[in-house]
Amino acid sequence: MTRENYINAGLTFLLVLVPFWAWSTGQAYILTLCTKVAILALAGVGLNIALGLGGLVSFGHAAFFGIGGYAMGILASHAQTFDPIMEWPILIEGTKSMPVIWLVAMITSALAALLIGALSLRTSGVYFIMITLAFGQMLYYFTIGWPAYGGEDGLSIYVRNSFPGLNTLVPVQFLILSYVILGLALLFSARLSRAPFGLALTAARQNADRVETVGIAPYRLRLVAFVISGAITGLAGALFADLNRFISPTMFSWHTSGEIMIFVILGGVGRLYGPVAGAALFILLEHLLGGVSDYWKIFLGALLLAVVLFARGGLIGTLAGREVAHD
Amino acid sequence: MTEPLLQTRGITKSFGALKASDAISLDLRPGEIHALIGPNGAGKSTLIKQIAGNMQPDSGTVHFLGQDVTALDTVARARLGLGRTFQISALAMEFTVLQNAVLGALGARGGVMRFFRPVMKDRALLDRATEALERVGLQDHAATRTAELSHGQRRQLEVAVALTLKPRAFLMDEPMAGLGAGGSKRLTGFLDGLRAEAPILLVEHDMDAVFALADRISVLVYGQVIATGTAAEIRANPDVRRAYLGEEDAA
Repeated sequence: MTRENYINAGLTFLLVLVPFWAWSTGQAYILTLCTKVAILALAGVGLNIALGLGGLVSFGHAAFFGIGGYAMGILASHAQTFDPIMEWPILIEGTKSMPVIWLVAMITSALAALLIGALSLRTSGVYFIMITLAFGQMLYYFTIGWPAYGGEDGLSIYVRNSFPGLNTLVPVQFLILSYVILGLALLFSARLSRAPFGLALTAARQNADRVETVGIAPYRLRLVAFVISGAITGLAGALFADLNRFISPTMFSWHTSGEIMIFVILGGVGRLYGPVAGAALFILLEHLLGGVSDYWKIFLGALLLAVVLFARGGLIGTLAGREVAHD
Repeated sequence: MTEPLLQTRGITKSFGALKASDAISLDLRPGEIHALIGPNGAGKSTLIKQIAGNMQPDSGTVHFLGQDVTALDTVARARLGLGRTFQISALAMEFTVLQNAVLGALGARGGVMRFFRPVMKDRALLDRATEALERVGLQDHAATRTAELSHGQRRQLEVAVALTLKPRAFLMDEPMAGLGAGGSKRLTGFLDGLRAEAPILLVEHDMDAVFALADRISVLVYGQVIATGTAAEIRANPDVRRAYLGEEDAA
């Protein structure tokens, strides 16, 4: 096992230990924080596929996070008012079932990623960043001006959606659900990075000429990566909405895109556990420093600056050293 | 005469008033090494880019394996079997040597859109990659990070990756550039044997290598091919001596 594997295992252990302790001592708030870490980490796992493996600096992943959130909000709000989403030509009713909501969230955000990616991947560098940002902001202003689902005020869902066999309103049950999904996403991400697709995608990040010369089109690789990335971040959006039982246009704002990117950069770009470490650190700082000062993000900014300047591999990279080529 | 594998017909490319390629017609026949020489700024790189598919000619066509490929991009031409090496090594520097070779084997085999099976455990790809590394003598460096290779070893890896493609024709842009005398000599020996597998269009500055290897040589000056012939013919050609080998030699 490499050092990075040990660090990942240690992190996993901590992330299980903390909620176990909180559960056994009855601290529901800590459980909610841990759930939040898992869900935000999931959003980061999504972004990490585009950013870490593909080198695609997407500043618009809030679009997918928000679409996932609104997929949940729209389906659940119609279910709670017993008012079908549409009656003609086919009857579509709302639902409170998490698996259905997740599926819808992933499909809609994947489609959005296909569209946004197909257009923005024709550019690169700063232009790519700006175009993805523009798409995110477009959806942000759209939802602000969309009164059907709360407009600027957002929309509350009064009862958390259901999962067969679980009582999702019990914090520890929803936490386990979120952990399992994060675990599956990490497993998928790990396999993806070692699969033929991962090899070609990471090669395209390092040298697009090389990939073209062996007869593989970088554009297709990047587009597929962007779609997978968007779908995972969309799923995180649906879960995040369920955690808060609330959606609002903020989910689409560029702040959200920035935060997801901060998780990845703090933890380590392209590292499997980077987003997990980053999201955990972010929530920890928010929790610890947020109590000290309302301006805790100044410290976050300083930390981010330090990471970018002195620890390019993020938390994982600093602890584990240079990435070992895997075989 | 055998049918040429690769052919350019009247390729012209201008940048403003500068004609970088001026009605260039070249061909590459089975089993030969066709060297392209010319002074700096003669338009060799521009020509290579048009043959490889990075650049569209203003007029004229490129034919490969009897097919007009002028409208095809780099990826499509590579898939048809054009194995290119770059003047400045274009490799994935964070990868190991073996990973770079496996990438080539993967491109040749296809099936990139696979998301679960570890690519570095795929026997067929590994065999193909290892075989290519052995042929250029890099097998002992398979686990080395590409960024840690010496300049000469990177050149060898470039050739190895091209080999994994099992191409129908090679397009090599200064493979000897920056190699020491020993390395250059070894690569010359290697390319000598390679031509039987697939012909090579070789752009090279190393004159010893060119005259030792090439079946035919074309001389490019100011975007025009001023002569094509055997090494002896090129040596004797007065235009070439004047334009390329230096006036003093002609005197």
